Amino acid sequence: MSTAPGIVRIVRFPWHEAVFWLVLAAGFWLWPKHLPLASQVLIAGLFTLSYDLILGYSGILSLGHAAYFGIGAYAAGLLAQGGWGEPLSGLLAAGACAGLAGFLTSFLVVRGQDLTRLMVTTAIGLLLFELANRLSSITGGVDGLLGIEMAPLLGAFRFDMYGRTAYGYCLAVTFLLFLGVRRLVHSPFGWSLRGMRDNPRRMLALGYPVSHRLIAVYSLSAAIAGVAGALLTQTTQFVSIDVFSFGRSADVMVMLIVGGAGVLYGGLVGAAVFTLAYHYLSALNPVYWQFWLGAFLIAIVLVGRGGVLGAWARAVSTLREKHRRTVTQS
Amino acid sequence: MIASLLGVLFDGLAYGMLLFLIGVGLSVTLGLMNFVNLAHGAFGMLGGYFCVVAMARWNVPFLAALPLAFAGSALSGLLFERVLFRRLYRRSHLDQVLLTIGLTFMAIAAATFAFGPQQQAMQLPEYLSGQLNVLGVDLNIYRVFLLALGAALTVLLTLIVERTRFGAAVRASVDNARVAEALGIRVGLVFQIAFAAGCGLAGLGGALGVEVLGLDPLFPLKFMVYFLLVVAVGGTSTLKGPLYAALLLGVADVAGKYYIPEVGAFIIYAMMVILLILRPQGLVSRS
Repeated sequence: MSTAPGIVRIVRFPWHEAVFWLVLAAGFWLWPKHLPLASQVLIAGLFTLSYDLILGYSGILSLGHAAYFGIGAYAAGLLAQGGWGEPLSGLLAAGACAGLAGFLTSFLVVRGQDLTRLMVTTAIGLLLFELANRLSSITGGVDGLLGIEMAPLLGAFRFDMYGRTAYGYCLAVTFLLFLGVRRLVHSPFGWSLRGMRDNPRRMLALGYPVSHRLIAVYSLSAAIAGVAGALLTQTTQFVSIDVFSFGRSADVMVMLIVGGAGVLYGGLVGAAVFTLAYHYLSALNPVYWQFWLGAFLIAIVLVGRGGVLGAWARAVSTLREKHRRTVTQS
Repeated sequence: MIASLLGVLFDGLAYGMLLFLIGVGLSVTLGLMNFVNLAHGAFGMLGGYFCVVAMARWNVPFLAALPLAFAGSALSGLLFERVLFRRLYRRSHLDQVLLTIGLTFMAIAAATFAFGPQQQAMQLPEYLSGQLNVLGVDLNIYRVFLLALGAALTVLLTLIVERTRFGAAVRASVDNARVAEALGIRVGLVFQIAFAAGCGLAGLGGALGVEVLGLDPLFPLKFMVYFLLVVAVGGTSTLKGPLYAALLLGVADVAGKYYIPEVGAFIIYAMMVILLILRPQGLVSRS
């Protein structure tokens, strides 16, 4: 059990992580006028966290993750439209629907190699978009679903127009799911995922049930993506087929890469950077935004490895190295 | 009934021929360098705009604009291969996907900036427009032209790949790049030429497809799946594979949209998933 102390140390909640979440909780007072935007960041962050589980930790290349986000969003929307406005149960139901869809499709995804997976996930994403588009009598098409009325959260907090309840709700759900994912990736299961990402053949030879575990993590990731989608529907009280768009699947990949793949906070940081940049830059001109996004992606691949958090880790280790040298010299 | 069936089959084949022309370059990129190039459609779009601009602004006749589109796309493909793509051959598929998606976004934005978001129109020469009546079936002359040109190019490509020294070098490199290199084949150079030719063919297909596939800045994204599908279903080890895959895809898509329009593009995506599951090695494998 020589590795145990290291693992325990990581699983404990260190102070800088606590600061991260406390700052987010202080958002009610720090950015009171931008709470709706901050909720968008949290939702995108949760979605990216779910994507990190499959791409960052398990190495499943997917360009169709918006499928599960969309299923969750529509499940919550249709429930609310049908008169079931209680948010928490709606959220659970949406997560369950997306998780089930993830489980059913995971069999198609896990068996291939990179390219096959990429294409199968892309096809699943496009398939669902097309389906939602054709069933516009149910989904409302591009105009969206009308008449989504949410009951007060926990029977006490109404969804107000300043987005306070929405922000608190998003923050609480994101935090809880983050804790769960954090626990998971530090568990033996989580370490076996990284093993499969780095060397699937060896893991197979070691006797790990590779396919089963990939199916499990893919379903879980889909369920979390569905919860993120449901949060979007419930807090904005609106959903349209845009939730299924290919752009959303590409964006989540970009967010994760910007933040840092295979790092727990990569998704949240990347989503924050991406959403804020999108919010302020695309206001200038949407075409320029797309151009610079593309240029930025190319730059990331050619120069910066590991995204924002990767650059941060490198900077910290360089500083430490310098510090150690000065200490040993003096 | 029979007439409409034949008409659909004919339109589908012409459509598939275009998909083959645009997609075949991708099979070289994937087969030779194991490089996932999601930006391949951008070279098709480039060829399309070359052709439209050459015809509308410089008054070049259609048949002369086609080689221009080929040359323009091939040259830009060569440039991009030298400057960008070759840095990523040994990198992960994720890096390749990111870089080429970034490139696709830039191409879309640049095309929107230069030509606006609208569909481009093209005036076909008179001898290529109109209908041709063969055995009671009305055939669009332009599509007859597409099929004939596509067939001629396919024969030419097959001859090059199977009968020339260069073709032998390409086949050897696809089979086993390391051994080919050890035998004195300059795999890098072979790939460069093949890549440029593939981009040129994509450009030619894009130019030919303005009438059939349409041309707007979203072209690379809209057809990305189709091109990938041609390669993934057809495999990378033969020319026949992508050809059959493209023709099958074209006919299925046109037939689906004609007979069950409610379902739309659904058929293609469903077919894609099923084919990928059933034949992960491609329709025609050479073993």
